[in-house]
Amino acid sequence: MNSVGTDMTENNLANSKLGSLQYDPAPESAAIAKLKSSYGLFINGKFTDPSKHEQFETINPATEKRLATISQGSTSDIDKAVKAARKAYDNVWSKTTGAERAKYLYRIARIIQERSRELAVVETLDNGKPIRESRDVDIPLAAAHFFYYAGWADKLEHAGFGNAPKPIGVAGQIIPWNFPLMMAAWKLAPALAAGNTCVLKPAETTPLSALLLGEILQQAGLPDGVVNIVTGDGATGSALVDHPGVDKIAFTGSTGVGRLIQQRVATSHKRLTLELGGKGANIVYEDAPIDEMIEGIIDGIFFNQGHVCCAGSRLLVQESIADDVLRRLVRRVEQLRVGDPMDKNTDIGAINSADQLKRIKELVAYGEQEGATRYTSSCELPKKGFWFAPTVFADVSQSHRIAREEIFGPVLSVLTFRTPEEAITKANNTNYGLACGVWSEKGSRTLWTAERLRAGVVWANTYNKFDPTSPFGGTRESGFGREGGKHGLEAYLNV
Amino acid sequence: MSDRLEVRKTYKLLINGAFPRSESGRSYEVTSAKGEFLANAAQGSRKDLRDAVVAARAAQAKWWSLSAYNRGQVIYRLAEMAESRSDELVEFVKLSEGVNSEKAKASVAKAIDRIVWYAGWTDKISQVLGGANPVSGPFYNFSVPKPSGVIGVITPQDSSLEGFVECVIAPLAAGNSVIALASEKRPIPAVLLGEMTETSDFPAGVLNIITGITSELAPELASHEDIDGIDLEGVSASFADELAFRAAGSIKRVLRPSKKNQKNSIHRLRAFVETSTVWHTIGQ
Repeated sequence: MNSVGTDMTENNLANSKLGSLQYDPAPESAAIAKLKSSYGLFINGKFTDPSKHEQFETINPATEKRLATISQGSTSDIDKAVKAARKAYDNVWSKTTGAERAKYLYRIARIIQERSRELAVVETLDNGKPIRESRDVDIPLAAAHFFYYAGWADKLEHAGFGNAPKPIGVAGQIIPWNFPLMMAAWKLAPALAAGNTCVLKPAETTPLSALLLGEILQQAGLPDGVVNIVTGDGATGSALVDHPGVDKIAFTGSTGVGRLIQQRVATSHKRLTLELGGKGANIVYEDAPIDEMIEGIIDGIFFNQGHVCCAGSRLLVQESIADDVLRRLVRRVEQLRVGDPMDKNTDIGAINSADQLKRIKELVAYGEQEGATRYTSSCELPKKGFWFAPTVFADVSQSHRIAREEIFGPVLSVLTFRTPEEAITKANNTNYGLACGVWSEKGSRTLWTAERLRAGVVWANTYNKFDPTSPFGGTRESGFGREGGKHGLEAYLNV
Repeated sequence: MSDRLEVRKTYKLLINGAFPRSESGRSYEVTSAKGEFLANAAQGSRKDLRDAVVAARAAQAKWWSLSAYNRGQVIYRLAEMAESRSDELVEFVKLSEGVNSEKAKASVAKAIDRIVWYAGWTDKISQVLGGANPVSGPFYNFSVPKPSGVIGVITPQDSSLEGFVECVIAPLAAGNSVIALASEKRPIPAVLLGEMTETSDFPAGVLNIITGITSELAPELASHEDIDGIDLEGVSASFADELAFRAAGSIKRVLRPSKKNQKNSIHRLRAFVETSTVWHTIGQ
């Protein structure tokens, strides 16, 4: 890897030439967002004031400007929401036929499509992710998820869970900030299709798209109380986990919090599914298709600023091509456009919060201290907001913290291997087991590798692809349960 | 023959294909349901359990690398062995559970038939629990169930053979390796079945059986970080709560004691598999 130093100089030269090829900004207008100044809690079909009148602000992480004031749901608000969900379950939803439930879900899918531009803008404002991603990935996938599960609602007896599978009851669902609306869709769509009612707790820093979804549910005419949305911080989520009226908890977030939830739920009747952290290995064999592979590595780690539980954050490159791959990667990183998330040409947007930025910086500092070689894009970062330039660490060893801990940011750790067996050993050398990538033109080697990886998802010659028909979820300390496909129904059926 | 003194057997642990006494040197008295002395069974220790985990981890890869067809044959072979030694099983089920010969016979027959049932599952579980996913885009996408890995099983306290078979053979059929705690007071039928695995081509370490005191061993089983899942069938609801709490430390898959009879259900196969999805690009 000694050659990297000189290559960086080449990169700088290449960049200075590229410097004359600047794109003009192509900003999306924020006007379509039509945000209200403040939002209540969505309980029993209505937006209501929080019982303790506590509020907090949600900001745009790219500008640190206030977007709206949000209600802090208290224990008594959670109680109201759970009771509304129970009442709706007993009186309405459990008596609604599958075919009718399906039609509500189709309606929701359609309204998400109708309001997709507005939703994309709101998502980008609240989250900091590039508008290109919220427009092309988050919102279409959220609609697709409702559309897919709508079709299951009246076909549950064909899903492989017996002749008359029953719902569980009231589901408490806690979602993260990295794909706010998509995560809401992943939780709500299968739960409603299976006949459950829901209390959804959006992430503290990204509540807006879920609140818009509350409006969409009103427009769809979904019966009151079938879905309740209670915003707030960790305490709100904690109250939901502990509420005795909840029959099932579905959580997406960190392994640390997931462990606490599993402990709390252990002494209750509640069913549990967890979608937790990861440290995905992206394995590159020497016969990989080089251009696709470089783009795939970039997409694997820098998609959504690396705020992706299944991110390919450990690159395992076969030694024979390691220097070449690193050279190309570093050059590509230098070309990534970092900045205004509302600009349609932006590749990497803002880090979601000051807290997350602090965590990324801490781990990157460890990477330097422990002796890895750091390469960070020389891109200019905006003065306001939370930003981290895309970073690649070479010369990383397995014991380094940046090879073991989830950074959840735009930081890639590069390790090497010689034999396929060594690649497997290194890829599986983690307590996580969410996703991996394999790059090779040799199908037999790809499948051999996929068979041996302890991961819920393996992407071959691609990365970070999602689809409502495709089960997603982890093994080991990345959690249990699947979202997507017929497998995703199991989480919400009494089987 | 009546004046001949019977040659008794020492009932030992099964760890990594060998039959050691407990490393602790301890044993405990096992009696029939009527209270007559049957044997001094090995009182397995937490160290025995940890040794079994090491063996099970290594064996799991070997077990899973066999073809599904082959795993089915190995499990079927166990049914053959059990059938040929069924008199011995009947005798000890009768003594252990305090039932009459007829009931003991019926129970052993059911247990053997259940082994056959699970043997047939090894090469069907992928098709039943997996499939192709019609994703949007140029990808071939399929999901298959893979074993969770190493499973700790606390087998039922009352049903010494039938219950043991139900809880232990299911995770094996799904490709896992198993560390089983035998019924504390009725361990001998399980030990006998363990002996039979040794003439059934099970790779060493795929099934490990520990006899001993459940309250001493179960917490270690639930806490051990290299165990991927735990079946709590053989403990009370309140003890299951404590063990489930411990199991959360390493995000284990937990199967709680079942309330309802799920005789023809595959929930025990489902409990310890991980759906693994592969996306592969399609192109010229």
